[in-house]
Amino acid sequence: MKAPTMRRSVLRAAAMAMAMAILRPLRVLAAPWNKAAFDAKSVADALKSLGVTATEDSDKIALKAPEIAENGAIVPLEIASGIPGTVAIYILVDKNPQPLTAIFEFTNGTEAFVATRIKMAESSRVRIMAKAGGKFYATAQEVKVTIGGCGP
Amino acid sequence: MADPMKIRAQLKGDVADVKILIFHPMETGLRKDAVTGQPVPMHIIQNLTATLNGKTVLEAQWSQAVSKNPFLNFRVRGAKAGDKLLVGWVDNRGEKASMETILT
Repeated sequence: MKAPTMRRSVLRAAAMAMAMAILRPLRVLAAPWNKAAFDAKSVADALKSLGVTATEDSDKIALKAPEIAENGAIVPLEIASGIPGTVAIYILVDKNPQPLTAIFEFTNGTEAFVATRIKMAESSRVRIMAKAGGKFYATAQEVKVTIGGCGP
Repeated sequence: MADPMKIRAQLKGDVADVKILIFHPMETGLRKDAVTGQPVPMHIIQNLTATLNGKTVLEAQWSQAVSKNPFLNFRVRGAKAGDKLLVGWVDNRGEKASMETILT
């Protein structure tokens, strides 16, 4: 008879689906590259894609950046957040074609500190955001660039 | 084969100060090839992960505005000699590289 066979195969399929769900690997994958935020052509759009609705200016984010960068292709930045519980630091360059430059997320005891080198197309405000306690804090510094660094 | 990156990790008390120099062109996609005049396609590291003894300590997402041959300095608390630090990246072509160092 047809009916019992169909029921059995439906049950079998359901059991397999349940087993697959339980056997899914527990490995945590890195957050996927936030294409929308990195493609955004304005700071406002980048912030929207990052889920940032408000930022609070903070003097506890220490940004070391040159006042004048001779080579826009290599602008050194050093950032340390003194805001307790900082879990992430974001770098944005207002006048770059796509302002969002980097996201750093700290876990398992890593200090809210990062130093790196970025490209700046032209003189611009460099904006640093720190995420702590679900809130976003920000500081910024104007960096003058004598030779732009995004490509001839 | 050349190493994909150079890692220098210095223990200062229980903090590992990690400095990395990664060899990667970080092409923006805007640069024109000097010979053909055609734009060189974007080729950038998009994700970088660092783990200490298998636990994730840093995750980074990068745009094409991170400089060529990226330099990165970060500090991990709670580190000690013998700990394994693994740094790996994936770029927009799906290419990957990683390197492990043992803290001393």
